[in-house]
Amino acid sequence: MGLMGGTWTFENRIYVNSSGTAVGPKEAEGPLGQTFDISHEDLHCGEDNWELAERRLMEQAIDQCLTKSNLQTDQVDFFIAGDLLNQNVTSNYVARHLQIPTICMFGACSTSMETVAIGSQLVDSGFANKIVAATSSHNATAERQFRYPTEYGGQKPDTATATVTGAGAVLISQEYSDIVITSATIGKVVDYGLKDPFDMGSAMAPAAADTIQRHLQDLNRTTNDYDMFITGDLSGIGSPILKDLLKEEGIDIDEKHFDCGLMIYRPDQNVFAGGSGCACSAVVTFSHIFNMLRSKEVDRVFVVATGALLSPTMIQQKESIPTIAHGVVFERAERGVHH
Amino acid sequence: MTNKMKDDYSNQIKQYQPKPNYIWNCTKAFVVGGTICTIGQVINNMYIYVFHFSEENAGNPTVATLILISALLTGFGIYDRLGQFAGAGSAVPVTGFANSMTSAALEHKSEGFVLGVATNMFKLAGSVIVFGVVAAYLVGIIRYIVSVSLS
Repeated sequence: MGLMGGTWTFENRIYVNSSGTAVGPKEAEGPLGQTFDISHEDLHCGEDNWELAERRLMEQAIDQCLTKSNLQTDQVDFFIAGDLLNQNVTSNYVARHLQIPTICMFGACSTSMETVAIGSQLVDSGFANKIVAATSSHNATAERQFRYPTEYGGQKPDTATATVTGAGAVLISQEYSDIVITSATIGKVVDYGLKDPFDMGSAMAPAAADTIQRHLQDLNRTTNDYDMFITGDLSGIGSPILKDLLKEEGIDIDEKHFDCGLMIYRPDQNVFAGGSGCACSAVVTFSHIFNMLRSKEVDRVFVVATGALLSPTMIQQKESIPTIAHGVVFERAERGVHH
Repeated sequence: MTNKMKDDYSNQIKQYQPKPNYIWNCTKAFVVGGTICTIGQVINNMYIYVFHFSEENAGNPTVATLILISALLTGFGIYDRLGQFAGAGSAVPVTGFANSMTSAALEHKSEGFVLGVATNMFKLAGSVIVFGVVAAYLVGIIRYIVSVSLS
């Protein structure tokens, strides 16, 4: 394992063996609807309440992931998961059934890449053979915890984002597969003093910029070394800010930048500035981006999951919103490999 | 290292944020709010002319009817969409108050009737009641002092 700055370069070949995704109705209707494994027609996902619905999504994503690799839960060494709800209830209640040693994490919407980075690290160092990393979010559970009741008629500004309903899971090991994880950059908590919980794209853009800049510096690479820079949920507001922040540092990602929050929905789906949530980067990366790698459309991508570490209590106490962004490099396995 | 965006971030990002269209928003709020009030007036007249309530007494059943309609629209998932469109137009009338209570009650049904529905029902509406009562109390005291000192 190589350590440069906050970036890990994995010594061994760390592979993504399989992935699973499950989404709600709006995501299924979106441009990437066909790429997800399971989609629900109803936001309740056949359950009695929102929390159970989110739990079902995560269970289904993990189930799909393991089925594709032909594995049972007892063949997995660690389950690394996180979600947006207080005390990470979705992950912990799912883990109760899985009976796999569990590492639960919270990085808000950056959790998807945080769990993948830590999982890859465990597999690289030999402390695990196979790990499953999973994240989930649900529009209604997030609304009710962070904002207002789902049916409340308050008006939201255009800078707001819509939390993605869905869950994604990946199986990571050293067994050969078509996608390889080569490095990861751990984010710093960045806070430029923004306080508007309805404009998280603007708050998170500096965290993404910092992670991308440090990543390129640490590995002594340029933007030419990547086919895509994919951010989690900067939305239509944060994305142009990120590009301009990086331009000021002499880094031009204009043509190569994509945001999961803008990819998952069509603009006419009433999603304000775009999608957000842990599941946003997870379902888009684990389905669409992996498909692009497999079909050789791209060779190397840097996925930067952005998280607003938002607490309604802290916002009411007039605190600003700390943010963080974790990045993971996924590559097409055949690319320049001798095996 | 001067004049970079991050040095004055909270001001610099304003150019990236869409400007709210105040005139269009006010128009929407005026039309929807006005329509709700017109419907209220129609209901009020109905109570007076069809059910023979006195003009003074017709107010209470009118408000109750509006609250019922608002609660039903909340339950059917329509009122939140109306709210996103109309803003203050649907928030200010009594229907907005009913929506804030119904939506909270619906949301917390999963935590049971006592600790869920009953406890959380006033989560959003509670502040309105607190300030309403406090304001009424203060105005009452002022009115009393003025009337005593004048007599």
